Amino acid sequence: MNTLPLWAVIPASILLILSGLLTLTGSIGLLRFKRFYSRMHAPTLGNTLGVAFILLASVLVSSAIEGRLVIHQLLITFLLVVVSPVTAILLMQAGLRRDPRRPVSDD
Amino acid sequence: MNALLYWSAIFALCCFALAFLCATVRLLRGPTPQDRVLALDTMYINGLLILLGLGIQFGSSAYFDIALIIGLFGFVGSAALAKFLLRGEVIEP
Repeated sequence: MNTLPLWAVIPASILLILSGLLTLTGSIGLLRFKRFYSRMHAPTLGNTLGVAFILLASVLVSSAIEGRLVIHQLLITFLLVVVSPVTAILLMQAGLRRDPRRPVSDD
Repeated sequence: MNALLYWSAIFALCCFALAFLCATVRLLRGPTPQDRVLALDTMYINGLLILLGLGIQFGSSAYFDIALIIGLFGFVGSAALAKFLLRGEVIEP
């Protein structure tokens, strides 16, 4: 890992920094929003774009290390794209069931 | 140019650790049970991201398998907890 080519290092670094900032933004949103219905959508930023960017960076780095195209990391992206809407729908139904107030308010 | 990759991986790992901390605070403070389940969902995503960042930094592919297993079991845990909050039991007869 001492002589990685330049075309892999710079995009991988940019993707890593973007992924970190997006995930941090999503989790700060989870902490700062007032109600459950507002908090619901904040971590999806980290779910989708954060994971996709860091996996693209991982694809770049391991392709540059091995000298061929390595794309088996995209399996995690596929898994999360399939799986996270299921969790979101179940949680939203549970929230609506347990909280009978109106979901839209003035905050 | 390897220092660039090293320090951006360090930066991303610090961001993921802060995000994990935010999710932990929401898990401890959350007023309703569905908030806690949502925080748990965010926490497993952040742990998966931390493992992927460590895999990039150390140049090893063993972290990828751990991250895949965390993704699978985290989904099972979050879906089971949400189903429990929704119905009162996980597997209905």
